[in-house]
Amino acid sequence: MTKTIDRTVLENAIIRFCGDSGDGMQLTGSQFTTTSANLGNDIATFPDFPAEIRAPAGTVPGVSGFQIHFSSRDIHTPGDQPSVLVAMNPAALKANLSDLEQGGLLIVNTDAFSKVNLKKAEYESNPLEDGSVERFRVIRIPITELTHRAVAETGLAKKEADRCKNFFALGIVYYLFDRDMNLTLEWIEKKFKKRADIAAANRLSLIAGYNYADTTEIFTTSYSVPAAALPKGKYRSITGNQAIAMGFVAASKLSDRTLFYGSYPITPASDVLHELAALRHFGVKTFQAEDEIAAVCAAIGASFAGCLALTGTSGPGICLKSEAINLAIMTELPLVILNVQRAGPSTGMPTKTEQSDLLQAMYGRNGDSPLVVMAPATPSECFHYGIEAFRIATKFMVPVILLSDGFLANGAEPWAIPSSDSLPTFNVQNIAAHAPYQPFERDPETLARGWAVPGTAGLEHRIGGLEKADITGNVSYDPINHEKMTYYRAEKVARVAHDIPQLEVYGDQDADTLVVGWGSTYGSLLTAINALNSNGKSVAGAHFRYLNPFPVNTEAVLRQYKRVIVAEINTGQLDFMIKGKYNIATTPFQCVQGKPLYVSDLDKFIRLHL
Amino acid sequence: MTESTTLKKKDFQSDQIVRWCPGCGDYAILSAIQSVMPDLGVAKENIVFVSGIGCSSRFPYYMDTFGFHTIHGRAPALATGVKLANPDLSVWMITGDGDGLSIGGNHLIHILRRNVDINILLFNNKVYGLTKGQYSPTSDQGMKTKSSPDGSLEYPINPIRIALASEASFVARTYDTNIKHMNETFKAAAEHKGTSFVEILQNCVIFNKDIFNEVYDKDVRQDHMIHLEDGEPLVFGSEKKQGVFFDGVSMVTRALEEENSPAGLMVHDSRKHAPFYPNLLASMEFPQFPVPVGVFKRVERPTYESMLCKQIDVAKQKKGTPTLDSLFQAGETWNIV
Repeated sequence: MTKTIDRTVLENAIIRFCGDSGDGMQLTGSQFTTTSANLGNDIATFPDFPAEIRAPAGTVPGVSGFQIHFSSRDIHTPGDQPSVLVAMNPAALKANLSDLEQGGLLIVNTDAFSKVNLKKAEYESNPLEDGSVERFRVIRIPITELTHRAVAETGLAKKEADRCKNFFALGIVYYLFDRDMNLTLEWIEKKFKKRADIAAANRLSLIAGYNYADTTEIFTTSYSVPAAALPKGKYRSITGNQAIAMGFVAASKLSDRTLFYGSYPITPASDVLHELAALRHFGVKTFQAEDEIAAVCAAIGASFAGCLALTGTSGPGICLKSEAINLAIMTELPLVILNVQRAGPSTGMPTKTEQSDLLQAMYGRNGDSPLVVMAPATPSECFHYGIEAFRIATKFMVPVILLSDGFLANGAEPWAIPSSDSLPTFNVQNIAAHAPYQPFERDPETLARGWAVPGTAGLEHRIGGLEKADITGNVSYDPINHEKMTYYRAEKVARVAHDIPQLEVYGDQDADTLVVGWGSTYGSLLTAINALNSNGKSVAGAHFRYLNPFPVNTEAVLRQYKRVIVAEINTGQLDFMIKGKYNIATTPFQCVQGKPLYVSDLDKFIRLHL
Repeated sequence: MTESTTLKKKDFQSDQIVRWCPGCGDYAILSAIQSVMPDLGVAKENIVFVSGIGCSSRFPYYMDTFGFHTIHGRAPALATGVKLANPDLSVWMITGDGDGLSIGGNHLIHILRRNVDINILLFNNKVYGLTKGQYSPTSDQGMKTKSSPDGSLEYPINPIRIALASEASFVARTYDTNIKHMNETFKAAAEHKGTSFVEILQNCVIFNKDIFNEVYDKDVRQDHMIHLEDGEPLVFGSEKKQGVFFDGVSMVTRALEEENSPAGLMVHDSRKHAPFYPNLLASMEFPQFPVPVGVFKRVERPTYESMLCKQIDVAKQKKGTPTLDSLFQAGETWNIV
C-alpha cells in the first residue's frame, strides 16, 4: 500500500463476481459484503444463480454470480451495471460481459481459458484474444496457477487447492478497494475449525491474492469507498427471506400465539422454511407437507385451531393452493399466504425475479373471493410486513397474500436492528363462550367474525366451504343470503383501507408526472426519481405496499398529476387495476426480463415523458 | 373430563336435519359414532370432526362438536394442521372412497406414514354418490355407470392394502349393518395412539344398492366374513368348520377335520410383528375368500405431534428462553457510531 499508484476515492462501486456454480462465488460476494458493511458502507446485493445445483461445469447454464453495490451514501438498489467484473471462466465471461459498463474493469482467470473450457462455453475463438474485451480495462491473472503455488505448503490435493481460488480473487479485489482482510481471515478460521489444512490454504490464498495485486502493480489505480452516513445504531445484513421469517416470528411473540408454517419446498421460497425450521425454540411449528395443497390446508387447519397460520410458496404453488385459499375466505379464518414470486408462467424461470402474480393474487380463485394483498418494497421492509400481514389477518379474520419476489428474497441490505420494545404488540382474542354463540355474528366495525377455537366449551360449531347463513353459519342456499354474504366478504376487505397508512408521495410533489410502482421495484424507482430531481427534472413518485385494498387517498393522489407512469415487472397488472378502478389514463413502463428494473432504463423512459 | 362422563348420545347430535337418502348406510354409522362418543371420556369441546367432500363428508354438520367440512380430498391435511396446532384435541376425519382414495389419495398416504394421532373413517360404498353415480377407485371393473356406459375400465384398489402400504399403525374394517361391531372398532381406533384407519363397508341405496349384501347379509355373513379376534383362529361358516390356512406362500381355506390344533391354521394377532400377516389378511377378497373385518393391524409408533412437541422442548432446553432481540442480533452485526 506504499506504492506509488493512485488511490481514487469513489462515492460508490458495483462489483460482480461470477464463475462456475462450484466456484464459491456466493461466498466470495457475501464475504466482500460483510467486510464493506463493517467499514460503514451502505450496501445492496443481489445473487444470481442457476436453478441447477451443479449444471455441467464450465457451461453457461452453470454460471453463478453475485453482485454487490457499496457506497458512501444511501443506496437502494444493487446497481444496474457492474463497474468491476470478476470472471473465473469463459462461461462466466460469456454470461456476464454484456452487463459490464463501458470501460469497466474486467478481472479474468486466464488459466480457465483453455480450449476445452472455451468449447464448453460455446466460444468459437478466445474472447481474450479476438477483440471481444477491447472496450474494457482487462486484468489477466493466472489465478488457478497462482493459487496452487500459494497453497503448495499445505500439501492439499490439486482438487482441494483448486477450490481456494475464489479467495485469491477476493484478495485481489480487497486490495483494489482497500478493504481490510481481517474479518474474512477470522471467518475462515471459524468456518474451517475442523480442517486446519483447508483453513490454512484459504488464508494463504486470500493473502497471496492481496499481495499479488499489491506487488505486481497490475492496477494503475486503486479505489476507496468511504463509510456512508447511515443513522447510528447496530446493523446486520439481511435478505428479504430472512427478514420476513423474522417478521413472522415477531408476530407470533407479539401476539403470544404459536406460529404454524405449512410449506412445500419451492424456489425461491424454500429459505423461509429453512429459517423457520431452525427456530423450534421459539415454539415455531413448521410442517413440510407432501404438496402445496396439503401445506396450505394444514395451515388452515392450524388456523381453525388457533395458531397464527402461514403458508409460503412461489407462483406455481399459489395455483395449487387457490381452492384452499378460498376455503379460508369462505370460513373467514385468518391465514397469511406468502408468494415469493418468480418469473413465469408455468415453471418459468425459477431463480429469476418478476412481479407477475399480482392479478393472480387478486383474482385467481373461483367466485367473488376478495382477500388482502400486500407487497413489501425492500428486503428489510419484509420484516415489518411479516408482522403487518398477521395483524390484519387476525383483526379482520381474512386471508392476506404477501407478494415478495426473488429480488427481495435473495437481495441483501443493511438492516438497522430494531429493539423488540419498539415493536407494537397486537392483541388477538379468542372469543369467550357466550350464549347463544353464533359463528357468523360480526364485529360492527371490522365485520370480522369471532375466532372460536376448539377446546373452548360452549363454542362447538361447524364451518365449511358451503355458503353460510348470515349469523348462524348454517349451510344456506338462500339467494338473498348468498348476496348478502358475498358483500360482507368484500366489505370486510374494503374496510382494511381504514387501518393502513395513506399513499405517500416522494420526490418533487408539485411535478406534472407521477411514477407509481409496487413491491420490490421501489429501490430502482426511488433512485431514478431522486437522480432526476437532482438534475432539475420535476417528477414525483408514489409506491404501493397495499394493493388490496388500495390506500384511501389513492384516487386523490393519482388525480393530482397530469401524467401517471405505472412501472412494473410484468405486462401491466397494476396498470390494469388502476385503470379498472379509477378510470385514469396511464403511461405504462414494463420490463419482463426476469431481472430488477434498471435505473438507467427508468431514467430514459421518464425523461421522455416529462 | 369430569363433565364428559355424564354425556349422552343425544349430546352429540347437532340441531341440523340429517340429509342423507332414506336407507343410506351413513345413518347407522352416524348413530354408532354418536353412541361411542360418551364412552371416550373426552369433553365435547375437545373433539373435532374434519371431512372432505362427498356424501360422507356432510358428517361433521350432524355432530355437536367442533367440525370442519373442508374441500375435496384435503381432509387429511386440514386434520393434520388441527392436531399439530393443538395435540390435546381428539380429531376424527371422515372421508369416502372417492374423497380419500381418488382426489385425496396422496394426502391419505402421507397422514398414515406420519402417524398423526387422528381417527380416519373411510366410508367405502364403491361409488360416487354426491355427483350422482360415477364409478370410484374401489368400484368393480366393468361397472356400468353414467360415466362408464360400456363398463368401467379401471381396476379397483383395496383401501386396507393402501393403508398397510402407507405404513398405517392401526388398520381396521367394519360394516354399516353391525352397530356392535362398529362401536367396538371405533373404540379401538380411538384408543390407538397414532393414525387409525378404519374402512367401513357402506351401502349406497341409490347408486350401488346392496353391493355388500353377498358379503354381509345376515343369511350369508357366517360364510362370507371372518370376524377377526385377537387370539382366535381364523375360522368361519355357521358351524365354524372352515379355516384359513397359510401354506407357506398364500392363504387357503379348507374344511377343518376333527383335529385339535390343525397345522397351519391361522390364529389372529393384530399386534403381530410380521408385516406380511396383515397384508395376507388384506388380500382375502370375496368371492375367493371370506372378507375379514375387525382390526388387521395395530403397532405402537411415536406420533408425529409428540415428536414435534419433543423437538420444540429439546430446542427450548438447549437454547433457553429466546428473546426477539437475540434472534435479530444473531450472526454478523456492526455498529455505526
